Amino acid sequence: MRRGKYTGYWLMLPAALWLGVFFVIPFYSLLATSLYDPEGSVLTGYDVTYHVANFWDAFAEHWDELWRSLWYAGVATMICAVLGYVLAYAIAFKAGRWRTLLLVLVIAPFFTSFLVRTLSWKLILADDGFIVDTLQTLHLMGEDGRLLATPVAVIAGLVYNFLPFMVLPLYASLEKIDGRLVEAASDLYASPARGFLKVTLPLSMPGVVAGTLLTFIPAAGDYINAQLLGSTNQRMVGNVIQDLFTDTGDYAAAGALSVTLMAIIVAMVVVYIRKAGTEELL
Amino acid sequence: MSHQGNVLQRSGRWVADHVVLGLGVLVLVYMFVPIAVVMLMSFNDNSGSRNVYAFQGFTLDNWSNMCGPDGMCEAVLRSIGIGLAATLVATIIGTLASFALVRHDFHGRAAMNTIIFLPMASPEIVMGSSLLALFVAGGFGGKLGLVTILIAHVMFCLSFVIVTVKARLAGLDANLEQAAMDLYASESTTFWRITFPLVFPGIAAAALLSFSLSFDDFIITNLNAGQTVTFPMYVWGVSQRGVPMQVNVIGTIMFLVSLLIVVGNMLATRRKTA
Repeated sequence: MRRGKYTGYWLMLPAALWLGVFFVIPFYSLLATSLYDPEGSVLTGYDVTYHVANFWDAFAEHWDELWRSLWYAGVATMICAVLGYVLAYAIAFKAGRWRTLLLVLVIAPFFTSFLVRTLSWKLILADDGFIVDTLQTLHLMGEDGRLLATPVAVIAGLVYNFLPFMVLPLYASLEKIDGRLVEAASDLYASPARGFLKVTLPLSMPGVVAGTLLTFIPAAGDYINAQLLGSTNQRMVGNVIQDLFTDTGDYAAAGALSVTLMAIIVAMVVVYIRKAGTEELL
Repeated sequence: MSHQGNVLQRSGRWVADHVVLGLGVLVLVYMFVPIAVVMLMSFNDNSGSRNVYAFQGFTLDNWSNMCGPDGMCEAVLRSIGIGLAATLVATIIGTLASFALVRHDFHGRAAMNTIIFLPMASPEIVMGSSLLALFVAGGFGGKLGLVTILIAHVMFCLSFVIVTVKARLAGLDANLEQAAMDLYASESTTFWRITFPLVFPGIAAAALLSFSLSFDDFIITNLNAGQTVTFPMYVWGVSQRGVPMQVNVIGTIMFLVSLLIVVGNMLATRRKTA
């Protein structure tokens, strides 16, 4: 089995074909769609007219939503990084024999419906709910203050939904750290804080980079949280793309916006990896 | 350093240790609050009120009349069916690919490794709209349904299967297979008696992950489903009108079943290694 010259190709073939036809080629379709003549429709068909103006239109009309998506996803990723680091650190170094159980608990919410969980945030943050009541009693919030339909609710939802994607890579890289290195730092009279900043944190950077990417990318494209927990003032780019495709049927604009989102994300990821890579990873 | 200093330092460390652990547990609690709310709401009696976002009173009706809401149980069964089919296909071809990537050398292996990583790093809305663009361009725009959903689900599950099985396969001790061969086991005997049983936990984990990804997917499915309604699409639909409390019953059952499987799996592997 291992000696056949072509065995590797045969084993790889079905998966490669599936990913090629249904993941790689669709990107070309999307690019073609984004260059459609905007006058077409699903019924009459579209012509690829290299209508580059679609991009300009998408950018000009939906700049707000694009910017908001990146901004919300960025804030959510930073909060996730802090919360996720605390949890991953606690599991890796402080949990002892409870380690496996805690890890199971981290992935358990992942197995319950994303939408049902997000809807339950709607209840937690409701206008007459416990949290709003408490904040109002403490006068931290005005009498008719709300959490729902605000950026706070949408970002809280994003943090909640993508936190496991942050914790798991962080845990994986923290767990690999040789405890003797931290001990060595403390033997050399480094305070615990200094030991953490100079030893543990730099060694966990691969996890931080992986975790922030795995959180930021899906969060930037998400529209479920914005739809269920926000109002029209919190619409993200995903909401717009979804509506253009399914409600308006404006494939040209939807395609252009999708391509724009992907391009922005790829550019940010490349810059980020290069920065994190040259300064901390190597 | 004085004895007293040592005691102080030690108790300081004890506090620091437990503060970190306590904060970690708080983060976990934050992750579980919504699930607790889902469980609570599955017992909510909202028959007298239109407000579906507040607890009105205790009832078992939602559990006894689980399939009451129109179309909900059909959507759940449809999602289970799609999940099983997508898992079967993705697990089989993904496992074959993992063997190719770990055990065989071929042209384009590095490129394959990159392509496998990409679906996990692309926003769902982009993957979903790309696939829709392909289907529309290919003339299947009016034929969206079970088949297109299945194609999409296998596509995004594949990467997760390959990564999971590859990790297990790469961690395998090659000496065990060598030993079997030295004892005159044929290649196929070695594979089925040694390699496959050792890789199996990885395949099982990959299948579980696939099923839950498929069952739960909304963004990609919604773009490529046509008129077919899966459970997440059903929830999305009712969230605009008023959510029947039975949705929480399904959420609770999903949580308990998956927890049971994960914990059972954990205990089983622990018993085997002990």
